Amino acid sequence: MPKDHGIGASSKRREDVRFLSGRGRYTDDMNLARQAYAVFLRAQVAHAKINKIDTTDAAAMPGVIRVFTAQDFSGVGGLPCGWQVTDRHGNAMLEPKHPILAEGKIRYVGEALAMIVAETEAQARDAAEAIVMDVEDLPAVVDMKAAAAGGTLVHDDIGSNLCYDWGFVEDNKAAVDEAFARADHVTTLELVNNRLAPNPMEPRVAIGDYDFSTDQHTLYTTSQNPHVIRLLMGAFVLGIPEHKLRVVAPDVGGGFGSKIFHYAEEAAVTFAAKELRRPVKWTSTRSEAFITDAHGRDHVTKIELALDKDGHFQAIRTETFANMGAYLSTFAPSVPTWLHGTLMAGNYKTPLIYVNVKAVFTNTVPVDAYRGAGRPEATFQLERVIDKAAREMGMDPVELRRKNFVQPDEFPYQTPVAVVYDTGNYQATMDKLLDIADVAGFEARRAESAEAGKLRGLGLNCYIEACGIAPSNLVGQLGARAGLYESATVRVNATGGIVVMTGSHSHGQGHETTFAQVIADMIGIAENQVEIVHGDTANTPMGMGTYGSRSLAVGGSAMVRAANKVINKAKKIAAHLLEASEADIELKDGAFSVAGTDKSVDWGSVCLAAYVPHNYPLEDLEPGLEETAFYDPSNFTYPAGAYACEVEVDPETGKVTICAFAAADDFGNVVNPMIVEGQVHGGLAQGIGQALLEGVSYDENGQLLSGSYMDYAMPRADDVPSYVVDHSCQTPCTHNPLGVKGCGEAGAIGSPPAVVNAVIDALHRGGITHVTHIDMPLTPGRVWSAIQG
Amino acid sequence: MYAFDFVKPSSIDGAAEALQEEEAMALGGGQTLIPSMKQRLAAPSVLVSLGGIAEMRGVCIADDGAVCIGGATPHAVVAAEAAASYPALAALAGGIGDPAVRNRGTIGGSLANNDPSACYPAAALGSGATIVTNTRKIAADDYFEGMFTTALEPGEIITEVRFPVPQAANYQKFLQPASRFALTGVFVAKYADGVRVAVTGASEGGVFRWSEAEAALSADFSPAAVEGLTVSPEGMIGDLHGTPAYRANLVKVLTKRAVAAAG
Ligand SMILES: Cc1cc2nc3c(=O)[nH]c(=O)nc-3n(C[C@H](O)[C@H](O)[C@H](O)COP(=O)(O)OP(=O)(O)OC[C@H]3O[C@@H](n4cnc5c(N)ncnc54)[C@H](O)[C@@H]3O)c2cc1C
Repeated sequence: MPKDHGIGASSKRREDVRFLSGRGRYTDDMNLARQAYAVFLRAQVAHAKINKIDTTDAAAMPGVIRVFTAQDFSGVGGLPCGWQVTDRHGNAMLEPKHPILAEGKIRYVGEALAMIVAETEAQARDAAEAIVMDVEDLPAVVDMKAAAAGGTLVHDDIGSNLCYDWGFVEDNKAAVDEAFARADHVTTLELVNNRLAPNPMEPRVAIGDYDFSTDQHTLYTTSQNPHVIRLLMGAFVLGIPEHKLRVVAPDVGGGFGSKIFHYAEEAAVTFAAKELRRPVKWTSTRSEAFITDAHGRDHVTKIELALDKDGHFQAIRTETFANMGAYLSTFAPSVPTWLHGTLMAGNYKTPLIYVNVKAVFTNTVPVDAYRGAGRPEATFQLERVIDKAAREMGMDPVELRRKNFVQPDEFPYQTPVAVVYDTGNYQATMDKLLDIADVAGFEARRAESAEAGKLRGLGLNCYIEACGIAPSNLVGQLGARAGLYESATVRVNATGGIVVMTGSHSHGQGHETTFAQVIADMIGIAENQVEIVHGDTANTPMGMGTYGSRSLAVGGSAMVRAANKVINKAKKIAAHLLEASEADIELKDGAFSVAGTDKSVDWGSVCLAAYVPHNYPLEDLEPGLEETAFYDPSNFTYPAGAYACEVEVDPETGKVTICAFAAADDFGNVVNPMIVEGQVHGGLAQGIGQALLEGVSYDENGQLLSGSYMDYAMPRADDVPSYVVDHSCQTPCTHNPLGVKGCGEAGAIGSPPAVVNAVIDALHRGGITHVTHIDMPLTPGRVWSAIQG
Repeated sequence: MYAFDFVKPSSIDGAAEALQEEEAMALGGGQTLIPSMKQRLAAPSVLVSLGGIAEMRGVCIADDGAVCIGGATPHAVVAAEAAASYPALAALAGGIGDPAVRNRGTIGGSLANNDPSACYPAAALGSGATIVTNTRKIAADDYFEGMFTTALEPGEIITEVRFPVPQAANYQKFLQPASRFALTGVFVAKYADGVRVAVTGASEGGVFRWSEAEAALSADFSPAAVEGLTVSPEGMIGDLHGTPAYRANLVKVLTKRAVAAAG
């Protein structure tokens, strides 16, 4: 019987009532008294020297309050980078200054050159057109390999376009090379992990406000992590101590990583609000989003897999060029390194692995974490090269994988790339997949497609990800400049209702529902007795926010800890009320009872006693019932699974149609199956989008060719099939109290290789055997060209 | 968007007069014009809405059997009202954009704009339609002059489009994945005096007639008739979504499919 409430129940998302009825309160819905509007003049060329920005005419335009340029920000810091990578030779990465408005040079199309603040947005736009730019064009640096080789520099002062050259594990390099030298078989694959524009439905918005009477700054912003923004902007950019800066991220319409980062516009409007003593609001247009929201992926990789004659993996060697764009976005350096290199073992026992990553500056929008961040890149190359190896060696791709799996009895498993998998069962998810994907019936379906002149193919792959980001002491050693714990306060009200204030942030994930389910389950009260508050630094404890599938695993764990503190105290109160020993008190179904007796007191009475302490052990216990906890995980969590995609290829046009997609995931324990399935569905749509449709494209001058929905193809409902998903294979996480692993990114991580494997399979089964790889997105034109040879 | 004035005349004459104003522009459904105004790429001083002119809306059958569509008729109306008289045309209209676009966008706006990837130009050229304006009648063969250019004079209004109804016809649209305009589209129409094949989305010169296919199909209206022909990639559009060679391939594949579907 499925549960109808608490952990394990598919409780309906309470937040959907407001989202679906138009009652959501997004940043752009806010308008403050005396608010002025900011518009940014943005670079139209990718690379140029700025001789002069003449704002005289613009400043005199109707309604213009002030025009800001880089000089106005000379007294404040640049945008900080939150992660420092150390390169192969022990040197720190090159870290150029990231100014709020362009200083001296333009480095990408879309870079902010000036901020115009006016009474209306239209007036600010008119004034932006009146700014006279005197610039000297420079050749644009776009191709990563050319950039790494030298030539024109994006940042003259750091002397190179190579941010870092990272080796992992550097000490294994010689052993890896040796293993390749003696391998029976080596499979090599060169591929591109295509650059993506995140495109959350809600574009970014920032409103700065300042109260001179209290010297209080407030920033309302579209963020996944308001506390992180407060720390970065307050401490590193504007020099505002936390107690004078409040950051509010109300309802946020999707982030997918792009709203983790601290952006220039946030600092600019906060700064301007104080200068002008007026609230200043900026709302991104969709066109601006394409050229200012940090992009994702953009790796060019060569991967080699060494095998013995029986197909046992001997070693993996990779060389990746990773695009940083023009500046280092907040967490950019960590994505191709610690979120990518550490996952190169995948679900397999490969004894020797060496990953080389060259991070490169180019005249393009900064690149940072996007749903999956590093792990999709790792999974894609690994699962593609395994498929290619299976084909080259004439082995079944499923059997080749199974043979190399970390076996169920081998956990915890120490990989050669630093991380230790606590638990998993990859055979079980593969078994489940073969069943739910009806692999046995594939041949009949293929024959049917062939009748209609279509080539049908089946692609499978596995994935593993490191979620529950992250153990602070470990990531600190790896270069993180922040801790990655999470926090929660559980406040019990006098009549028993509960408010949980969490440092996690929900921007569509459903925390208000799932977190309430957990608390309701722990105490045995109704879910509607629990309210979840998030998104405002003024009323939540310092937390690190939501990304990396961490909310339930880390934020939920903090909440469980705080709730346990509350329960322990409540037991003491109950013991007093029941005149029993605390050790004998049991909490069940919302009532405290004395073990072995029929004496009990309900939850509400205990809470009331805490706040109306007339009969209360005041000498031993403080009144009140409210506790805060911080939780720092001891390890990552490792969701894993196996995915299968079935496609039809039209050989005449190259069009790929996804006929079926099945996902067998192991997320450990599941709090709300419906929400988990929704997360998988969304992730699959994004992964399929990456595989078939999406791709940011620049020309050689650094002009964005895919700057609108006319050319950037987002997946739509009819591009994706009705998914078959399963999460019944559960190996609970061993080191967090809920045994949960995280499910937010799996779909986006695991699906691209399944799609590409399926297309290659279709072509091979159709006799088109010269095609060994096609770079994503697999547009009809690309597939057709590949077929032509 | 810049500031502009807005008028909504109720007669063709009234609209023609309003369009004499400097920098005035006709407004059909606004599905092309409004987005470009929002992006400040178009800056008309006056928008002259054609939406209030009753005689420019609707579908009717002329005495000679031609299907006549008012210049301000939305795609959705054509999809519904031409379904019986000219199914291939109705299906084309029903495949344009999404419901919002089909309920606002008009045939006159589409033909005046002459986007190289638009659908209606293929139907008009493929049917040998007549574009009727407030001052004259223009044969489709004389109307399309290249990407975004037509025989229309400034201020001239498309009031009606007349489509002779073929014995058999079909439009094959291969979607550009992002915009879902035609990456390439082929309209094939079989008339008593011969077959017309019009191609959109493929050529840098805009919509064109594939005369080799017309000749072959006029002799033998079957997909096999096109099999031996080749389409040169020369002059075809090459962009993010397809190379010239790919588009040339699509022209042939879609022509065969259109013939097969037309029956
Ligand atoms: C999301 C989206 C998807 C679309 N998909 C497709 C598609 O798949 N296939 C396709 O063919 N089109 C597509 N379109 C375009 C759509 O068909 C528009 O209707 C068409 O481009 C313009 O028609 P309109 O009535 O909106 O004209 P408007 O935008 O109002 O005007 C366009 C131009 O025509 C002029 N004009 C308008 N009416 C007349 C007239 N009667 N006489 C003279 N000049 C006139 C205007 O002055 C302007 O210069 C799409 C549009 C959108 C927004």
